[in-house]
Amino acid sequence: MNRSRRLTDLIVTIWMRGGLYLLLSIPALIAIGLYWKAAPLLANHSFAELILSAKWFPMKGEFGFMPFIYSSAYVTVLSFFLSAPLCLFAAVYLTQFGKKRLLNVMLPVIDILAGIPSVVYGVWGVLVIVPAVSDYVAPFFGTSSSGYSLLAGGVVLAVMCIPYMLNMLIEVFHTIPVGMKEASLSLGATHWEMVKHVIFKKGFPGIISAFGLGIAKAFGETIAVLMVVGNTLDISVSPFSPGYPLPALIANNYGEMMSIPDYDSALMFAALLLFVIILVINLFFRYFIHKTEQS
Amino acid sequence: MFTEKLFKQTNAYTKSKLKMSKADIEKPIIQIKGLSVKTHEGEILKSINLDIPRNKIVVLLGPSGCGKTTLLKSLNRLTDLHKELIVGGEVLIDGKDILKASQDLPIMRQKMGLLSQRPFPLPVSIYKNVSYGLKLKGVRNKKLIAHSVESNLKRVGLWDEVKDRLNNPANSLSIGQQQRLCLARGLAVKPTIILADEPTSALDPISTKTIENLFKELKEHYTIILVTHVLRQAVRLADHVVFMYYGDIIEQGHPDDILKNPQTEILKKYLIDGN
Repeated sequence: MNRSRRLTDLIVTIWMRGGLYLLLSIPALIAIGLYWKAAPLLANHSFAELILSAKWFPMKGEFGFMPFIYSSAYVTVLSFFLSAPLCLFAAVYLTQFGKKRLLNVMLPVIDILAGIPSVVYGVWGVLVIVPAVSDYVAPFFGTSSSGYSLLAGGVVLAVMCIPYMLNMLIEVFHTIPVGMKEASLSLGATHWEMVKHVIFKKGFPGIISAFGLGIAKAFGETIAVLMVVGNTLDISVSPFSPGYPLPALIANNYGEMMSIPDYDSALMFAALLLFVIILVINLFFRYFIHKTEQS
Repeated sequence: MFTEKLFKQTNAYTKSKLKMSKADIEKPIIQIKGLSVKTHEGEILKSINLDIPRNKIVVLLGPSGCGKTTLLKSLNRLTDLHKELIVGGEVLIDGKDILKASQDLPIMRQKMGLLSQRPFPLPVSIYKNVSYGLKLKGVRNKKLIAHSVESNLKRVGLWDEVKDRLNNPANSLSIGQQQRLCLARGLAVKPTIILADEPTSALDPISTKTIENLFKELKEHYTIILVTHVLRQAVRLADHVVFMYYGDIIEQGHPDDILKNPQTEILKKYLIDGN
């Protein structure tokens, strides 16, 4: 091997390794940066007090994040239960029952849905979902609501998560060998029994991954939710009540954070909290997949 | 009581065979009439006519892409999985056309065990793989299922190798063991026909020999349709050889006639190149 080939090899290797280490260091740098900025708040309040208290009075120096964490978890769980079954069965239909032509039409549609800016979903939520909740859904359940509610946030988030989950589920179901499906059918399974015993079982780790991606995406979504959820501090079980998720807190108050003592630290702590929760969700799903594959 | 019930079930096939008249036994088990399979891009099978004799090993021979696998999968309608395929003609099994939509597909498919090129154990344990078809059939008696699992694993010579790890995942077995497991799984639902699509192509010579010997034993009770392009395997196993080329049957008959005295130039060339 001549010197120039060796040199090229060396440069490319360094470039690849450097890129990899840089990518790996980005989340760590974000976490360190957020912690550094949130440190003044943590110096004055205990961690438990911050996440368990429901009192949010920044002017008095009281920073309880519980209503924000609760709202985030509520809209995330709601959106998950609205979107996950829909995506699962749509992906099964598209890959196992429908014609290939239908899938070929659907794939670009899913890509377009994924590419729509979140503010557009937010506007759609304000114009369609909020009035629908206020005028039809809440009266149907015998209650009243302004429409700006956790339910509206959950619905908008569900629609936003669908393309991501659906795309991943389609990929997962495509990787299951045709021979395995044929084996199940040839033993006398109906199409649904084949889906239940082969597609869901073999694709289980992938299904969990897709759901994990959807939940992480829903938890961190900001603008669209902020526009429809009402942004009111409340811990209510009713889906027709307004809420105030963590990302909305950061986005709404970023402009005034310098005017109140410790407020900038509190918002950075909110960002750190969001970062850690999404990290924990991802790690949990990875661990779950690992355990499932092992068993 | 249990043994009696088991005896009745395991001998149902033999009894039904005894009830058959000589004329019935001599009648082909499968009659294929004008079977065509096409896509929008072209024909895969060109109006095939073929009679499959009962309790024989019928070998479908021919170069890759000639339609052997498509013909095999048309027999238990696995072609339904490929929506782009247009299937026409008739496939009569014991006089009933299985291509008609009114046929009860799962029951019809249970009459035909399938052995693929590569073994595809289901993503469950060894035990559950063999009991899978029985449970689909509605068998709930645990003793009956356990007996069937044991007897079918013994039948394919796998029992001694796996009896201590029946709850292990099926994919923990070697490829050869997996293929025998797939055969045991198919036999457990008591088919009358075994469809084997190059079942030894991924196996080592010892596993290949085991499968071939099993086929020789099984043909006493089953009709075996074997796809292969290994000429020596066809010579070793076949009672009837069907040579296919570009979706058409070129020649068929006893292996001694077909393979030693080919009538067409295509088969002569295939035998020379194949050898």
